[in-house]
Amino acid sequence: MKIHEYQAKGILRRFGVPLLAGEPARSPDEAVAAAEKIGGGIWVVKSQIHAGGRGKGRFKGAVSDDEIAKAARGEDAAGAGGVRLARSTEEVRSHAADMLGSTLVTKQTGIEGKQVQTLFVEAGCDIAQELYLSLMLDRSVNRVLLMASAAGGTDIEDVAESNPAAIKKIWVDPAAGLMPYQTRQLAFGLGLKGKAMKSASKFFMSLHRAYMEMDCAMLEINPMVVTGDGDVIALDAKMSFDDNALYRHKDVAEMRDPSEEDEAELAAAEWNLSYVSLDGNIGCMVNGAGLAMSTMDIIQFKGAAPANFLDVGGGAKQEQVAAAFRIITADPAVKGILVNIFGGIMKCDVIAEGVIAASKEVGLEVPLVVRLAGTNADLGKDILAKSGLAITPASDLNEAADLIVAAVQGA
Amino acid sequence: MSILINRDTRVVVQGITGSAGSYHTQQSMAYGANVVAGVVPGKGGQVFEGTVPIFDTMADAVRETGANASMIFVPPPFAADGILEAIDADVDLAIAITEGIPVRDMIAVAAVLDSPGTKTRLVGPNCPGVITPGECKMGIMPGHIHTPGNVGVLSRSGTLTYEAVGQLSAVGLGQSTSVGIGGDPIIGTKFIDVLTLFNDDPQTEAVIMIGEIGGTAEEEAAAWIKANMTKPVVGFIAGATAPPGRRMGHAGAIISGGQGTAESKFAALQGAGVHIVRSPAEMGRRMAEILG
Repeated sequence: MKIHEYQAKGILRRFGVPLLAGEPARSPDEAVAAAEKIGGGIWVVKSQIHAGGRGKGRFKGAVSDDEIAKAARGEDAAGAGGVRLARSTEEVRSHAADMLGSTLVTKQTGIEGKQVQTLFVEAGCDIAQELYLSLMLDRSVNRVLLMASAAGGTDIEDVAESNPAAIKKIWVDPAAGLMPYQTRQLAFGLGLKGKAMKSASKFFMSLHRAYMEMDCAMLEINPMVVTGDGDVIALDAKMSFDDNALYRHKDVAEMRDPSEEDEAELAAAEWNLSYVSLDGNIGCMVNGAGLAMSTMDIIQFKGAAPANFLDVGGGAKQEQVAAAFRIITADPAVKGILVNIFGGIMKCDVIAEGVIAASKEVGLEVPLVVRLAGTNADLGKDILAKSGLAITPASDLNEAADLIVAAVQGA
Repeated sequence: MSILINRDTRVVVQGITGSAGSYHTQQSMAYGANVVAGVVPGKGGQVFEGTVPIFDTMADAVRETGANASMIFVPPPFAADGILEAIDADVDLAIAITEGIPVRDMIAVAAVLDSPGTKTRLVGPNCPGVITPGECKMGIMPGHIHTPGNVGVLSRSGTLTYEAVGQLSAVGLGQSTSVGIGGDPIIGTKFIDVLTLFNDDPQTEAVIMIGEIGGTAEEEAAAWIKANMTKPVVGFIAGATAPPGRRMGHAGAIISGGQGTAESKFAALQGAGVHIVRSPAEMGRRMAEILG
């Protein structure tokens, strides 16, 4: 699960991570009030969306479609971005009015962009140096990895490609935890000295504590800045969480922003279905994540494209199957549906009943191919055959894919 | 021969009275697994299904029954504790079926697994378990699709493993043992561990290995195969159509920072001499061609 920058900073503040003064705002008036509360004469007004590259992003309607396309590719485009400097409260107000309610397109949002509903107004800052820092699990050694580079503000993937030696890494021993010598090693490795080295070292410690205690999946500070006084500050903060651990962080679970999520994916989550929207036109309903991915893969292998990933899980009930069916058919792009079930825990007759109930309820307007195997497969096939519905049975995965691809491409 | 489990395996089930635990214990027993004990804290002294004694602790269960392999159905918030209890009781094998264990908990478990005093091998978590057809089933897979034979199966997935087994059985090829290693970012037994066992197992003549997007375990396995594997391997990777940055059902199935793509894994396996199939429907047929 992802949260916004302002929410991440609220959490980091609890762990003593140095931050600039800042306030969220949902209207131009709130933005001005935030600036006045923060004080000083210079502010940064930042769009809050769950995607990076906001500074280079551009707003739809504010610039030409060509410039929007450039922004979506991560190239420099004409016009003003999603993170702006303001030198007066009037300027804060006009930036806020520009940005709120508008759709920001960045390299990470794709061309459709994301609507800005919240801003974060933050104090300006005297930047001497910009650095990069992230924490994540290194799956090859089962340890938390701290990764830093002196190239702050740049995508770490770009640095990894152009100058891998510039990336400094340390791994945390689970028994000892992160040790001060390691944080010094990292800070010295970034070329920091004196007060800045000490500030960075302490900064790394606080971030690691936040990462562990909050069950983060990823914590990225890009940039972390060194000020002229040798202080180290988190200028940006991206935080995502281990969904499996949300049960012990109710406060984080409540930060979920539904407007950031795909409507169909939210509906699926309500039914405990795992769903991901894709661009194709063949809807898929499958049990098990690996088989669901493979079903998408074989559709592409046969020259067509899947509309979604949908795993109904191990022990789905009839109502869940019906809900899955409704979610798939609600996508106007769907021109055909492939149901692929290998029953283990899941009984094929339950799937068959669910598919029939849902087909009758929503009306079956596109070709439907159903492949049932495993537990109670024959019973399930029998139920489908007697339903009187236009369901094409398939005996195996290959035939199922051939049939649905032919049905969709012939239509 | 087979790997990991056989008809002599003495099975203990942690969480035997829960809904999943009790159902799958019955199924495993019906398949022929020798279930000698259950463990549920506070229910020691009770008996499961009239035949299986329940103990309060793993230590009691192992001491009283000689159990040497544990099947774990403990709910996610307590599952790491259950795995560590199995390790402490020194069973040879612990198979954690549970899905949804926090990564932070598994970091601690992984550290204990790596420590020199640990004798237990962990399979999973978030896995369908292990089956040696005709002998022993410790997991949630449908037993009836399996046939005894000479092909080893290993996979990060559940139902996709059944698909591979179903295809093998359909072309007349039985399985020595089928191992689901689990779909989580941190798992106990990895591809290389199981490949090593299959390579050394006289019954196993060839192996189907099924990977998926996320992490670099398949690339590491490919390097090992190139250097060590003496038996043919058929390989498939799920998720060629998965968009980057999205978690595809399994906690571990995510392409992040350009790492973990299906293309990279297919390429590594091909470079190691693995017989890759691009269609998941071809796993069984390809194996039949190879074994002639």
